Amino acid sequence: MPAISNALWSLFMVGGTALGATLAINAADPGYLVHGVLLGAFCVLGLVFMYARRGADVATDASPYNDSVVRAAVIACTFWGITGFLVGLVIALQLAFPALNLDLPWTSFGRLRPLHTSAVIFAFGGNALIACSFFIVQRTCRVRLAGRWAPWFVFWGYQLFIVLAATGYVLGVTQSKEYAEPEWYVDLWLTIVWVVYLLVFLVTVMRRREPHIYVANWFFLAFIITVAMLHVVNNLAVPVSFFGAKSYVVFAGVQDAMIQWWYAHNAVGFFLTAGFLGIMYYFVPKRAERPIYSYRLSVVHFWSLIFLYIWAGPHHLHYTALPDWAQTLGMTFSIMLWMPSWGGMINGLMTLSGAWDKLRTDPVMRMLVVSVAFYGMSTFEGPVMSIKAVNALSHYTDWTIGHVHSGALGWVAFVSFGALYMLVPSLWKRERLYSLRMVEWHFWIATIGILLYITAMWVSGIMQGLMWRAYDNLGFLEYSFVETVEAMHPYYMIRALGGALFLTGALIMVYNLWRTARGDVRIAEPEVPPNIAPVMA
Amino acid sequence: MMSYEEIRSAAGSYGLIYFILMFIGVLIYALWPGNRKKFDDAARIPLEED
Repeated sequence: MPAISNALWSLFMVGGTALGATLAINAADPGYLVHGVLLGAFCVLGLVFMYARRGADVATDASPYNDSVVRAAVIACTFWGITGFLVGLVIALQLAFPALNLDLPWTSFGRLRPLHTSAVIFAFGGNALIACSFFIVQRTCRVRLAGRWAPWFVFWGYQLFIVLAATGYVLGVTQSKEYAEPEWYVDLWLTIVWVVYLLVFLVTVMRRREPHIYVANWFFLAFIITVAMLHVVNNLAVPVSFFGAKSYVVFAGVQDAMIQWWYAHNAVGFFLTAGFLGIMYYFVPKRAERPIYSYRLSVVHFWSLIFLYIWAGPHHLHYTALPDWAQTLGMTFSIMLWMPSWGGMINGLMTLSGAWDKLRTDPVMRMLVVSVAFYGMSTFEGPVMSIKAVNALSHYTDWTIGHVHSGALGWVAFVSFGALYMLVPSLWKRERLYSLRMVEWHFWIATIGILLYITAMWVSGIMQGLMWRAYDNLGFLEYSFVETVEAMHPYYMIRALGGALFLTGALIMVYNLWRTARGDVRIAEPEVPPNIAPVMA
Repeated sequence: MMSYEEIRSAAGSYGLIYFILMFIGVLIYALWPGNRKKFDDAARIPLEED
């Protein structure tokens, strides 16, 4: 078996090298040439990697699980996280000070903005999901991750996808679909990687020694399967040439818009929600050292989330050419999403019952709990914004940006930070984190950053919406567009400050995690977090 | 081949019934007394290993 696996993967890499070279030699445009070279280089390095690690990754009694790929994903997650937050800060400053576009095509807002969104969602979030899903599925199924090279292919193949996407954006290679900007050949590559991811996960679950499939794995499976479906359908396109980057999407007009927002909304629902709920359902009980508050509720939470989310996409197309009934349908399903939203929030928070003191003494626990609170808050706000009357004011304004970031920074990033703080000591076999006090600093700096960001965008967005719809007593528009831009300037600076704080907090985390992995412990700190005298019960 | 109108009316009637039945099914599964032990055990899975 191992011989066959080695041969097949080597063959794949040799084929990939030849393909990369062919694409590069025949490339019709510079972006495609760069990407052909990258594919070839990836496959050559893949062969070197396979040779270098030929004897590694063997299960031992001491560590029955495959954790080396999880460690790699943790490192990638922190690296891309910092990159994505930094680019976010740059484009926030560009909005406040347009001169920072530098008058160069590669550094213009239009190219850097997808770089930011893809870096934080797919690179930071995606690696957090790969790390956590591989870590959790092994522990909750009590079996080693399936496959010898397949998990490594998932990890490295996904990194290649990120690099292809990012270099493409900067070079101007895009199909202009939000959160699905990469061109057809990058989409094909991700499809291959994703199918292998699904197989690794499925086979691991099938080999489980635990009779029940734990709820976190249900969420991960839903995330992997649904993202595969969304990705394939939304990216159906016809390339102009096999040797060029440009393609045309097969759908047109309102159908194209509906497919796009069906995709994009469910990228939020299944990538940023279902996947990270899988993380929550493992790390919150683990850190609280309490069982899940209600496993029954988690079953209802899971199925209602899965069945409702997929229909909510049309709320992105209110007051457009989309049929009115479809808009109302999207709004109705969005409102019903309050059900899984509250189910998940209650289940996450109430898991702490009997351990509420940890909220005061353990900053990692606090980070996880605040992430659940932000999950509840942003998934409350979302359905409100999907109501047509509210959407008439909020749509196309900064309110949407604020909403997205309360979910992305408050929920997705915080639950990932909490998971990273638990993963690193466990994966590098350390007793504890280098410094809990630094987690405390990270928590407060990042929380203040998020609050500045969200409140600035609320004020700016509602003001922007009100200015757009203001009429004078003769029936003319009260404000020109540029007057709204001018009015938003102070809030753009507050937003950039919030982003800078969030990035600062993340840098503190990286330092803390790096010292933890090295095995250092900050001497000045007590072994156990400073506790307030126990209350007599 | 179903027409647009047929698909629309089927989605609004049979679709609704189908979803409500699915949801009732999930509730029965989640609340079924015989599943209590299984779910109580499952709730502790994260606390078990190493």
